[in-house]
Amino acid sequence: MTMDGTEVLKRTVTEDEAAILGDWTGALRESGSLQSGRIREAELQTQAKAVLAQFRDALAAGGLDADGEGYASLRETLADISRSRAIQGFTPTDTANFVFSLKEPVFEALRRTSAADASALAAGVWAGGKVLDRLGLHTMEVFLASREDVIGRQGQEIAELSTPVVRLWDGILALPLIGTLDSARTGVVMENLLQAIVDEEAEIAIIDITGVPTVDTLVAQHLLKTVAAARLMGADCIVSGIRPQIAQTMVHLGVELNVVSKATLADAFAVALRRTGRKVVRQQAAVAEERR
Amino acid sequence: MDRIPILKLGGALIVTIQVDMHDRLALALEEDLTAMIARTGARGVLIEISALEIVDSFIGRMLVSIAAVSRVLDAETVVAGMRPAVAITLVELGLELTGIKTALNVERGMALIQARLSKDEEDGYGGDRDRHEG
Repeated sequence: MTMDGTEVLKRTVTEDEAAILGDWTGALRESGSLQSGRIREAELQTQAKAVLAQFRDALAAGGLDADGEGYASLRETLADISRSRAIQGFTPTDTANFVFSLKEPVFEALRRTSAADASALAAGVWAGGKVLDRLGLHTMEVFLASREDVIGRQGQEIAELSTPVVRLWDGILALPLIGTLDSARTGVVMENLLQAIVDEEAEIAIIDITGVPTVDTLVAQHLLKTVAAARLMGADCIVSGIRPQIAQTMVHLGVELNVVSKATLADAFAVALRRTGRKVVRQQAAVAEERR
Repeated sequence: MDRIPILKLGGALIVTIQVDMHDRLALALEEDLTAMIARTGARGVLIEISALEIVDSFIGRMLVSIAAVSRVLDAETVVAGMRPAVAITLVELGLELTGIKTALNVERGMALIQARLSKDEEDGYGGDRDRHEG
């Protein structure tokens, strides 16, 4: 029975390929994936043609086993298409529909070729449905995997971007932290800071947490670790930019930061300058003082 | 058994650790250093560890205990030149070396000790011992 269905499907797709392709591109055009403007019609047609040709070959080589050897190249093509759709920003529905919309033309063609033989028609439809569903799911899997990749890469980029160490003055570094501190990020932050301390021969590092949305016990612990590591290297740390609400929450939670802390980066910088024996003076005032 | 050399420079002792510390070496260093502080009346100890790549909890504890012993003998310990990886390891081990002064390099470490020595001199300590030595 199954063998029959495969035969029917294979024969239909081979004989009626041109008509199926025509119906399919028509269906694709109507489904609206063109309207978003993300893909051109010619490109869509090329993809459809390639997929259909490979589907025909795969049916001949691998029967209905969509996970088998015979379907390897078709799966690869679909994966490529799916990946490019994920990056182009297509919705999952659009992407899945690319394969699922092939069903109707194939069933139409089956009806045309096997209308007289009801059991052959049913077997063909069953076989076609089964294999196309499997291919559609494969497309979705690749689509999701590519999205995960994109998200993962972005997460990594954010982590890298959001931990810069800036040199404010000779021997004074600032580390503006943005976003929540977790263990992984603390590791990156710590390494960056310590390496910068070595490179710049810094005496003082200012950790600015204006961009940290919440400070709980865990974040405080991570901060303290960073401060302790910097101290072991011979650099002092000042924590700055603790917002009023956060200060309140920290006190309520019983979180203690046993480090020098200042409300703003400017205050911390002033302390750092004073400790390194420097001072910022207004030029005019200085001139006025000289005159006196 | 090889030992880590201890250099005397004015009122300070300098130790540079150039080899991988194993436990026996660490214990020997602690002993030698204690004896040396007592003999010379040094007021500062500089331990330079920029070549030290691997630390374990024992070495960390040894640094703390050297500092504690030195403090009893009225000498201040400064650890200089710790590598970032070593610092991270020690913090992760929970050894924050409280009570030990740290410096980025030998120059700054010596400046710390020098500050202590000159303060002592102002207060009128330490001068006697140096004269005995000379």
